[in-house]
Amino acid sequence: MRLPLPIDPEVRSRVDRLELPWNELGIDPYGVSKDYLAANFTALRFFYKHYFSVESHGLHHVPKRGRVMLVGNHSGGFALDGIMVIASMFFDMHPPRLAQGMVEKFLNKFPFASQISSRLGHLTGIPEHAERLLADERMLMVFPEGTRGTAKLYRERYSLVQFGTGFMRLAQKMKTPIVPFAFMGGGEAVPTISNAVTLGKLLGLPYIPVTPWLVAVPLPAKLEVYYSEPMFFEGTGSEEDEVVAANVEKVKDRIASLIETGKKRRRGEP
Amino acid sequence: MKVLVPGIAGRLGRMLAERLLEKGHDVIGIDRRPFHDPPAGVEVHELDIRKRAAEDVFRRVRPNAVIHLATVTHLVVQSEDRYRINLGGTRAVFEHSATYGVDHVVFVGRHTYYGAAADSPLFHVEDEPPMGLSSFPQLADLVAADLYAGSALWRYSSFTTSVLRMVYTLGPTGHGTLATFLRGARVPTILGYDPLFHFMHEEDVVGALITTLDARPRGVFNVAGPQPVPLSVIIGETGRTNVPVPGPLLSAALGRFGLPRLPRGALEHIRYPITVDASSFKRATRWSHTIDERTAMRAYREAFPRPATY
Repeated sequence: MRLPLPIDPEVRSRVDRLELPWNELGIDPYGVSKDYLAANFTALRFFYKHYFSVESHGLHHVPKRGRVMLVGNHSGGFALDGIMVIASMFFDMHPPRLAQGMVEKFLNKFPFASQISSRLGHLTGIPEHAERLLADERMLMVFPEGTRGTAKLYRERYSLVQFGTGFMRLAQKMKTPIVPFAFMGGGEAVPTISNAVTLGKLLGLPYIPVTPWLVAVPLPAKLEVYYSEPMFFEGTGSEEDEVVAANVEKVKDRIASLIETGKKRRRGEP
Repeated sequence: MKVLVPGIAGRLGRMLAERLLEKGHDVIGIDRRPFHDPPAGVEVHELDIRKRAAEDVFRRVRPNAVIHLATVTHLVVQSEDRYRINLGGTRAVFEHSATYGVDHVVFVGRHTYYGAAADSPLFHVEDEPPMGLSSFPQLADLVAADLYAGSALWRYSSFTTSVLRMVYTLGPTGHGTLATFLRGARVPTILGYDPLFHFMHEEDVVGALITTLDARPRGVFNVAGPQPVPLSVIIGETGRTNVPVPGPLLSAALGRFGLPRLPRGALEHIRYPITVDASSFKRATRWSHTIDERTAMRAYREAFPRPATY
């Protein structure tokens, strides 16, 4: 599926090194396309390496293969954090890995959205997809704060809002390690001063972030991702709410402490 | 073994008959369509499965197994008639099988049972309900026939029932919904949508039926071979031209400009994917496909080259 877009040969060779079950046409069973990935990461390369000059810390904590869930905080008014974490797994892991996100259901109704996201490996956010990807030993990226998390304002940028518990039940059921991560700098890149909820509703979106220059075009702020060592949680995923909630708190605490470490580093403290 | 095949006169029926004969089975066919030039050794009865004469065939032949191919899709027959064939015919097959001592009934259904929707999962599993009927009510009779066949699992203990939900067929006979959709030089798609399509080569379809006959799996099974492929890739690999049209425009343009005629609900099937998880069939029968997706597309292209356009 050749696309009329520029493709960097170095990116192309990294795509070739992704350990996914491609068919002869360069398409995996979920419809992920090598050509789409190559065009996408070619476009992202400039933003990842230069515009935001993203720094990834603790990459040695991320398993090189096998099922895993990357679980982190939302930072920045839209999916900037997710895109950069995916880029970090692609550009900085050896061999590269494809982090697969879960897309909000409403997006599938718009033309191009489902086509592009599914060719890049980001399936509709339903439990069946998450389980199937993990059963196939893929890497799943999860933001348990959901849209509550992307709606954080500039002054709340390093806070964590309530975590959903679905990811924990999934990890327990699928016997999957969780790699917590902190994403830093999204709040500086997209400093949200307000969220236009009514305007968003009119366009079929949860809200629209408003920045001092109105639209959410990100500034070239320094972005960083801190990965921590994997956490394992025993169980079946059908435990009582309190048990699951306690496990969720452990992950949330780990992410909060990663954020503290990151804040110190950003201030230049040791 | 004596194998009765209702719906034998189709392209798939002929291939199945040939393979059954090769395996040394006695093949008895029933079809209301004439079966031109049947393979030597096949006993053909040109009659309607719902008629008394069909029951006489069951009584006289006493088949060991029945492979029920006599259901029709939305593109061939008008809805009213199709309802009666699909439901009345399926009922007759199961009732006669119970009365005349058949050991194994294979119902050949379709994976479109699951329907296509924005929030439906990739790779449907057998216990999912049919969610696609609200957008595509024209498929109701096929879904009902599938569920009715499934009910034979508890209604009849005297024989084994295998309900198969087969993915699309693609290959040199040009048989099936997908093959028909690809027939023209230009294939319409919906701008901004490129769903995965699940298909397998007709040789593999026949192979899966033969394996079902041997392994006799009891239950409802999705049947698929190679992985699914995006529609745009199928169009390219079969040498056609992809014509992406904005959704609202497409429903108005269907049937004109060399585009195929489709019911409105069928548009959902080119907007969202229907793909199935066939692992339980493979576990139950140890069947696996022999022809990959690329070879199937090439075989179709060679048999049906892109028609000339002016």
